Amino acid sequence: MNEGNTHNNEHHGVGHIVDWKVLIGVLTALLVLTYLTVKVTEFDLGPLNIVIALGIATVKATLVCLFFMHLYYDQPFNSLVLVSSVLFVLVFILFSLIDLSAYQPDIIQDYISSMRDPAYPLDEPQ
Amino acid sequence: MGSESRGILQDSGRTRRRLTMTTETQAIDKSGHDHDHGHSPYLQHHFDTMEQQFNSGKLGMWLFLATEILLFGGLFVAYAIYRALHPEIFEYGHHFLDPVMGGTNTAVLILSSFTMAAAVRYAQEGKKTMLVACLVLTLGGACGFLVIKYFEYSHKMVHGVFPGKFYAPDDHILEEELMGAHGHGHEEGDGHHEEGHGHAAGDHEEAAHEEPAAAPMVVSQTPPAAEGEFVIEKSQIAEAGGGPEGLVGIVQQEPKMPKRPEKAHVFFGIYYLMTGLHGLHVVIGMCAIGWVLLKAMKGVFGPEYFTPVDLVGLYWHLVDLIWIFLFPLLYLID
Amino acid sequence: MATTTDIYPGRPYTEVEGNYLTHEKGILSWLTTVDHKRIGVMYLMCISTAFLFGGLFAMVIRWELFAPGATVPGLNADRYNQIFTLHGAIMVFLVIIPGIPAALGNFVLPMMLGAKDVAFPRLNLMSWYLWVVGALFAVISMVTSAADTGWTFYTPYSTTTQTAVIPMVVGAFILGFSSIFTGLNFIVTIHKMRPEGLTWFKLPLFLWSIYATAIIQVIATPVLGITLLLLIAERVMGVGIFDSTYGGDPVLFQHFFWFYSHPAVYIMILPAMGVISEMIPVFSRKHIFGYTAIAYSSVAIAMFSFIVWGHHMFTSMSPLSNMIFSAVTFSVSIPSAVKVFNWTATLYKGSIRLATPMCYALAFLFLFTIGGLTGLHLATLGTDIHLHDTYFVVAHFHYVMVGSTMIAFLGGLHYWWPKIFGKMYSETYGRLGCLTTFIGFNVTFLPQFVLGTRGMPRRYYDYLPEFQTLHAVSSIGAFIMGAGLFITLFCLLHSLKWGKPAADNPWGSAALEWQSTSPPHYHNFTKEPTVGDPYDYQDFKWDPKAEGYYKTAEGQGAA
Ligand code: HEM
Ligand SMILES: [Cu+2]
Repeated sequence: MNEGNTHNNEHHGVGHIVDWKVLIGVLTALLVLTYLTVKVTEFDLGPLNIVIALGIATVKATLVCLFFMHLYYDQPFNSLVLVSSVLFVLVFILFSLIDLSAYQPDIIQDYISSMRDPAYPLDEPQ
Repeated sequence: MGSESRGILQDSGRTRRRLTMTTETQAIDKSGHDHDHGHSPYLQHHFDTMEQQFNSGKLGMWLFLATEILLFGGLFVAYAIYRALHPEIFEYGHHFLDPVMGGTNTAVLILSSFTMAAAVRYAQEGKKTMLVACLVLTLGGACGFLVIKYFEYSHKMVHGVFPGKFYAPDDHILEEELMGAHGHGHEEGDGHHEEGHGHAAGDHEEAAHEEPAAAPMVVSQTPPAAEGEFVIEKSQIAEAGGGPEGLVGIVQQEPKMPKRPEKAHVFFGIYYLMTGLHGLHVVIGMCAIGWVLLKAMKGVFGPEYFTPVDLVGLYWHLVDLIWIFLFPLLYLID
Repeated sequence: MATTTDIYPGRPYTEVEGNYLTHEKGILSWLTTVDHKRIGVMYLMCISTAFLFGGLFAMVIRWELFAPGATVPGLNADRYNQIFTLHGAIMVFLVIIPGIPAALGNFVLPMMLGAKDVAFPRLNLMSWYLWVVGALFAVISMVTSAADTGWTFYTPYSTTTQTAVIPMVVGAFILGFSSIFTGLNFIVTIHKMRPEGLTWFKLPLFLWSIYATAIIQVIATPVLGITLLLLIAERVMGVGIFDSTYGGDPVLFQHFFWFYSHPAVYIMILPAMGVISEMIPVFSRKHIFGYTAIAYSSVAIAMFSFIVWGHHMFTSMSPLSNMIFSAVTFSVSIPSAVKVFNWTATLYKGSIRLATPMCYALAFLFLFTIGGLTGLHLATLGTDIHLHDTYFVVAHFHYVMVGSTMIAFLGGLHYWWPKIFGKMYSETYGRLGCLTTFIGFNVTFLPQFVLGTRGMPRRYYDYLPEFQTLHAVSSIGAFIMGAGLFITLFCLLHSLKWGKPAADNPWGSAALEWQSTSPPHYHNFTKEPTVGDPYDYQDFKWDPKAEGYYKTAEGQGAA
């Protein structure tokens, strides 16, 4: 793990020194991916758009984590911390979405206007 | 939990003090390094080795980053729920955000992340001048980000695009955002009448110029109608969206003027909260970088001790990470 | 201060320099200390003060409910709402959540590891200051126009009430960060500060439970932070996420709130379980039964606790989510039950010594079982529709929060008291305090189960005359319990001045912290402790002269 990596370099401190090549490669990849994600919005792919946008963002994030943030060279427990925090956010999203979307049809959608403006009856389409 | 995860918990790569029954208290260095970690002036008394101190700091920072992710996580939940249940407000709202500015900011942050990573490298190598230069560049990137953000915010705010109940946009902004590139066409408006309302769309436009439209939740204002009678309206944009008779007709379909959905203000609430909290983190990050910069100028960092640079770097990368997700989620919709 | 110069095996600590309590003097040396032991003691004092205030508010509540209609002079229904909100918020955020980890855990955790301090001593001090600042905000809310939302801050009421919700919410936000930093510190300490040879499965179970707690503190508490920020944003700007007047969804607030607050109830109970796991084997002179099961169940509880929050919202959720959350809630009670069975099995055929801490441990077993089992009634969809927001829920969570956590906290306090202050308290008064509290507690809260099943709703100022008898009994019980707590307070404070000096290991525990002097040196250990099985009591001998245990030579050789 960590030990092995410290030894690969002839450097006498703690931690790992990341190669310039890697740093610059990651930088280039990040910029290219940013350009890509902007360009891709020009095509209307329906629901695929958000999937692609989030996919690209995830790839970018992974690159930053692995190399800029040294996770690739680090003790694996640090990665576990990161991954589990993201996992818990996903659990949070998932369960609340399951619930909120289930009772959504029961909610009067034009509630605000119907409350605020008696001149607007509920059934009038906007 | 199986033996696998136990393996993760074991942290084999660390040097620990060995407790024996004798009174021998000396640290036993098992990592095979031939130099002595124990004498660095930066070793705090309760740690045994620099490596233990470094790894502790790192794990601590990662745990802190996990809390940050969950803090933002709450906002992402709010985002996900409104995006899933009310996609129309995002479709409408994103027209007001400028992907060029957002994209530029993304690039700026990525570059500053890179200079930060480089700073860590220089700190590890003990190259003071380059370290200081990189930190200054990172700070510069942060400032640049905030300046662009400032322009984005102020551009919205002068047009009344505030979050939540203060949301009271005037119609200029909608035109500007949408028609700017295509020229406008309302002079050629053919004066279609909104059903049930006794004034021409042209008048309606004028009224809108004089007075900001009502926020959806504020009891509707009554724009001075041509006939001098008060007409109750919900909101002018919503009315404009009321089909071919509305503004859509006036601007001749191309580009389509979207109607303002009822919960439009929620989008801007989420937008301001997410970018605002992120901006706050940028500011905190700048303070942290400034602090490290001062230390770096004193020349305290070297291969043995660069933990503050490393940890502040981690924090700064997280700020970048959050933005990497905010950018497509807020700016690049449809 | 009695000093002894005789050398005998279990001798009490002889007054030499280096006692962490006295090696530096003056209030400033305390306020700027980074010593985990002193920070623990400061937490102890602050939390006890908050507990006193929370308790006084509780007494006002019970007095008011002694009879239907207005009972306390000058207390109208609005004031009553403020009083129970203050009671709940203080007890939850200022007392029970930080209680065991921050006060006892801070003191004991590094010593159990044989370490000199926690990983980040200055962060530790900062947590304490954050606690103080958070408490100040609660006081600000209290003296302006105290919040009247209940400790749960449910929207839409919390976004519309005119009372000082924001200071209270800011206070809770800051306290959240205090809790986060404590948890973060503990995780790193347990990971990185263990000496060689002290493997995960040689850790005392208290550390496992503190570790599981810390996971929850780190992962769940930030969500409380963002929830409260959103609540403030809703109040100030009406962003329309939670407030239906602006197009928000109040049920979403409940999701946010309980995503933190259900795990938070395990922040409260897990450390208590850890304390119990320490005390039961020591006072049974028997190895803990099912070490690994207890250790893993702590982590399992921590993980499960994140996916059951919906059981607080059965009356506001969709049927599908209700079913999911009900099922998961049942499964989370399994690891809790595993622990109870293990403790009971540890007691079996042990030579039980009914010292004060053990009395608390037995009280815990009894009360936690009731609290946990009634949780299952609430987790059942059909019954919860009837019981939700009644006194049944109030009784349930008091059985787990007071009956279990507070009792375990008091037990742990009595258990580590000799180590913390180097003094033995009077066993008579200690046990009397425990017994009175135990009786008072049951008299207070058992009737509330009955009240709840008969339909008495919670958070009401007034009630129908038919509920009066049970309410009156409950109020009387509350005063008995108050008396018990004052006996305990007296007993402990008395020992500080007049107590006998404590032996280094008065209970005969095999955990590392007892290898230090009582009270410890400011570097914790004057000689390096030896690592062994923390629950192996075979080689311990009682030294009647010192009134403490010592380890025989064979034992040292074996370790
Ligand atoms: C052993 C398993 C447990 C189960 C199955 C369980 C189940 C439940 C359920 C279903 C409710 C919601 C009742 C309602 O509002 O209708 C509830 C409320 C509550 N429980 Fe538990 N519980 C358990 C253990 C605990 C523990 C250990 C604690 C704290 C230390 C705790 C603290 C609370 C609190 C504070 C509330 C009510 C909060 C409020 O509404 O103000 N519970 N419990
Ligand atoms: Cu719960």
